[in-house]
Amino acid sequence: MDTLLQQIINGYVQGSVYAMVALGYTMVYGILGLINFAHGEIVMVGAMVALSVVQLLINSGLPPQLVLLFSLIISVSVCMSLGYSIERIAYRPLRKAPRLAPLITAIGVSIVLQNLAMIIWGREYLAFPPILPNNSHRFFGAIITEVQILIVLVALIMMGGLLLLVHQTRLGCAMRAVAENPTAAILMGVNTNKVIAITFMLGSGLAAVAGLMISARYGIVHYYMGSILGLKAFTAAVLGGIGNMRGAMMGGLLLGLIESLGAGYIGDLSGGFLGSHYQDVFAFFVLISVLIFRPSGLFGGRIAERA
Amino acid sequence: MSIQKTSLYSAIASLILLASCGKSEAPAHKENNELIVKIGVVAPLTGPQAHIGKDSENGARMAIEDANSKGIIINNKKVHFELISEDDQADPKTATIVAQKLADANVNGVIGHLNSGTSIPASRIYSNHGIPQISPSATAVNYTAQGLKTTFRVIANDGQQGRALGEFVASTLQAKKIAVIDDRSAYGQGLADEFERSAKSYGGQIVAREYTNDKAVDFTAVLTSIKSKNPDLIFFGGMDPQGVPMAKQLKSLGLDVKFVMGDGGFTPKLIELAGDAAEGVYASQPSLPLEQMPGGSNFSQRYMAKYQQPIQQYAPYCYDAVNVMIAAMQKAASVEPEKYLSELGKITHAGISGNISFKENGDIKGGSVTLYQVRQGKWQPLQTINEDGIASQD
Repeated sequence: MDTLLQQIINGYVQGSVYAMVALGYTMVYGILGLINFAHGEIVMVGAMVALSVVQLLINSGLPPQLVLLFSLIISVSVCMSLGYSIERIAYRPLRKAPRLAPLITAIGVSIVLQNLAMIIWGREYLAFPPILPNNSHRFFGAIITEVQILIVLVALIMMGGLLLLVHQTRLGCAMRAVAENPTAAILMGVNTNKVIAITFMLGSGLAAVAGLMISARYGIVHYYMGSILGLKAFTAAVLGGIGNMRGAMMGGLLLGLIESLGAGYIGDLSGGFLGSHYQDVFAFFVLISVLIFRPSGLFGGRIAERA
Repeated sequence: MSIQKTSLYSAIASLILLASCGKSEAPAHKENNELIVKIGVVAPLTGPQAHIGKDSENGARMAIEDANSKGIIINNKKVHFELISEDDQADPKTATIVAQKLADANVNGVIGHLNSGTSIPASRIYSNHGIPQISPSATAVNYTAQGLKTTFRVIANDGQQGRALGEFVASTLQAKKIAVIDDRSAYGQGLADEFERSAKSYGGQIVAREYTNDKAVDFTAVLTSIKSKNPDLIFFGGMDPQGVPMAKQLKSLGLDVKFVMGDGGFTPKLIELAGDAAEGVYASQPSLPLEQMPGGSNFSQRYMAKYQQPIQQYAPYCYDAVNVMIAAMQKAASVEPEKYLSELGKITHAGISGNISFKENGDIKGGSVTLYQVRQGKWQPLQTINEDGIASQD
C-alpha cells in the first residue's frame, strides 16, 4: 500500500515538473497558435543562469534565502529578455508566413540556444548546490522531500496565477482578443505586438522558475536538459488540450502518473512479460487513445474558444 | 508531433553533413615529401555524454601531438599525423553517417567509437572499406564477435567485466538479493545481462530487473518498485549522467542498499555531482587502476597540465589506441590500412595502460577488471580481477 502511495507521489511530483513547462507551451500556443519548440531550451537557460548566480553568491555570506531570491530574480529577467528577443528576431518577421515557417524557426532557435549554452557553460554536467531545503518527511509510509512539496505548490500557483491573469485582468482580456482574432483586436485598439511580446516574456519567466525548481530537485544541470523535458512537456500539453491552462496542468499530472504507475507496475502486472522500459510506450499509447476520441485533448480548445 | 521534431532534427543534421562532405579532399602527399596520415577519432562531443567524449578526444590529441613532435619516419618519409575529430552524439544512426564520412575522407585508421551502441553499427562500414578501428572504450561482447577483421579494442570486454562484477558482488560483498537496472543501450543492457548471469552463478538471487533509458533523470518510479522487493544491492548498467540522479534518489527514497555500476559510473564527475550520495558507491573499470598503470601517473600529470582538468575516463586508452595504431604502421613500414592491418593483429606494444596485444577476434589479451568504491570523496581501488577470475586483493 505504501508502495502505491509512493508511486502516486512520485508521479504527482514528476507530473508537476511537466506541468510547469507545459504551461509555457500552452500559453504561447493559446495566444498565437505557434508551438514554441525553443521553450524547453529557455527552461535550460533559466537553470544555467540561476546556477551561475548561486555559484557567485553562495560564498558571499548572504543567507541562502536571499541567494535564492537573487538567482530567481536574475534568471527570470534574463529569460524574459531572451523570450522577448526570440519573439522579436525569430517569430515576428514570420507572423504572416505559412505555419510551417515559424515551426521550423522554433526548432532552429532551440538548436542555437542549446549550442550557445554549450559554448558558455561547457558540455560538462554541473552540480546545482543544495540551496532549497531537501529534508524528507514520512507520510503514511511514503517519503516526500521538501523540494518535491515546493514543486507541486509552485506548479499550482503558476497555473492559478495564469488563469487569474488571463480571465480577470485587462491584459488577459487583450490576450484573449488577440487569440480570437488578431485583425479584429487591432481594429479594437489592442496593441497586438505588445500583447504577444508580453505573452512570450511571461512564458519565458515561468520557464526560468521551472528551470530553477527542476535543477534544485535533481541537483544537476546540463545544456542538453531542455530538449527531452520540452518534448515530455509538449506531450503533456497536447494530452490536456494544447492552448488550455487547466489542460496543461492536468495533462502534466496525468502523464507523470501514467509514467510512474506504468514503470512501477507494468512488470508485475504482466508477469514479467513487459518491463519498465515500456513506460514511454504506455504514456504515448494513452496520448494516442485520448487524441482518437478527443482530438483537441482532454480539456480541449484554446483560451479564446473557452472565453 | 515529437516524431516530426526528431525527424526534422535528423534531416537538418544530414543536410549539414552532406554539405560538409562536398568539400574537396586534402592531398595525401605534401609537396615537401611529408606523408600525411589521417586518423579519425569519434566520440559523442555533444549531448548527455559530451564530457566523456571530449575526454577521449583529448587523449587521442595528446598521442597525435606526441607522435608529431617525435618526428616519426615511415618508409623513409617523415610522417605528419592529422586528427579528424567527429561527433557521433552517442547515437547509432549518426555513428553510421560519421563512419561513412570518415571512409569517404580516406582516413588511415579510426579510434572509436566511445559507446558500444555506436561502435557496432559503425564497424560494418569501416570493415567494408578495410579501415582498422580500435575502440578505446566499447566493451560490449558483440563488438568483436561479428567476425570482422578490422575491429580491435584496448580494454577488457563486458563478458569479463560482467563476470568480475558478479563475482565481486556475490563473493566479496556477500549480496543475496540483487536488483538490476539497465539503460537499454547496447553497453548497459549487455553488461547488465552478463552481470546477472555471473551473480546468479555465484549464488546471488535476482529479485528485480528494471529498465530506463540513457536520457532519463527521474528514476523514482523504478526505485520505488525495487524498494518493495527489499534487495540488499542494486546494480545499474549505464553511464554517469543517469548514475548520479539514481544515487541521489536512492537516498531520498530511504533505500539502504549498496549501489554498484560498471565502467560507465567510474568518473570523477560522479563524485563531484552526487556529493554525499556518491559515498559508498561501487564501480568497475576494465583495466588496471591508473596508479598501477606503467605510465599512469606521468600521463595524468601531463593531462592535468594540458587541459586543466583531471582525466574523466577513457583518455589513457585513447592515447594507447593511437599509439598502437602508429606502432603497427611503423612495423609494417606502411600507413596503408591493408598493409598495417596484419601487423596490428600481431603487435605487442608497451602502452601507458599496460602491455597491449590482441586476440584473434581483436579483444585485448590478458585484460583485467578493477573494482573501486567511493571513500571520503575519492575512488579507492578495492581489488583487481584477472582474466581467469583470480582476484588479487589490494
